[in-house]
Amino acid sequence: MARIIVVTSGKGGVGKTTTSAAIAMGLAKRGYKTAVIDFDVGLRNLDLIMGCERRVVYDLVNVINNEATLNQALIKDKRCEQLFILPASQTRDKDALTTEGVGKILEELSKDFDYIVCDSPAGIERGATMAMYFADDAFVVTNPEVSSVRDSDRMLGILSSKSRRAEKGEEPINEYLLLTRYSPERVRLGEMLSVDDVQDILSLKLLGVIPESKAVLNASNSGTPVILDEESDAGQAYIDIVARYLGEDKPHRFIEEKKGLFSKIFGSK
Amino acid sequence: MSLLDYFRSSKPNSASLAKERLQILVAHERTSRNQPSYLPALQREIMEVIRKYVNVDQDAITVHFDQEGNQETLELNIVLPEDR
Repeated sequence: MARIIVVTSGKGGVGKTTTSAAIAMGLAKRGYKTAVIDFDVGLRNLDLIMGCERRVVYDLVNVINNEATLNQALIKDKRCEQLFILPASQTRDKDALTTEGVGKILEELSKDFDYIVCDSPAGIERGATMAMYFADDAFVVTNPEVSSVRDSDRMLGILSSKSRRAEKGEEPINEYLLLTRYSPERVRLGEMLSVDDVQDILSLKLLGVIPESKAVLNASNSGTPVILDEESDAGQAYIDIVARYLGEDKPHRFIEEKKGLFSKIFGSK
Repeated sequence: MSLLDYFRSSKPNSASLAKERLQILVAHERTSRNQPSYLPALQREIMEVIRKYVNVDQDAITVHFDQEGNQETLELNIVLPEDR
């Protein structure tokens, strides 16, 4: 049985697809057979972030409509043989996603995958609710910014009432916070909500903090999940997140500023 | 606290303002999240019925939903105008 992870946020542009690509690659690199599914029907982008945009033949909706088999639609990653990508359709409308259709695909994938990562679109419409419906774990991607925090809280409400687990009265979905585009310097200056502030408001278990990083744009430019850039701060942050998710005890990094000579002399806390 | 932070502390702090606003907003949205979805429609219809007989304002009626354990209370408060 595979574990189903939804990467969600409500708000757009906070780093859902970057996160989906990174953690799927991270889990696969740790040896787990992983599938990552793009639920953004009409606006697919996971293929581009994963660097397989020219290999897309069939998509999620083709499989739901029995126009292709799952094996035909899954794209095998060229960097890691444990990783497979299921792209979203670029043309059809989102009503093509049905609970039965999505359920069937996830059930079939569950048979021989260890993890299924569902990359949710922004908003609270069909694609987003379908991406989260079958989830066991939810990664709530949030920026330290008012509209993102508010939308994340709204998503938490939907996770706890509209998921399969909620409807069947099973154990609730495990919800984790991923704080992205974090700038310790701006937090120190009082210009940005801190990790503690966001946790106070959302009361979620913190899985990790991804610092604002040039590596993220560099990675998407080249179609490489940022987790493969092991030298970069963002890459390392995602490696830590995967490890924490797998139950390893890793102290949080990238919350404090890198200390320069100046602050060492003047002694900030 | 460093010497630098001391001088900075006199500046208005937008992060704490953000936190304060969010805490109020989120608390408010969480209470309305637990309400039954028919509540706004119920409020609207009650309003229409009352208006047939008495001329009251929109804000003269408050509908409050409370949940404690297994018990749910629907509280309806109507302020009638003095000169009818």
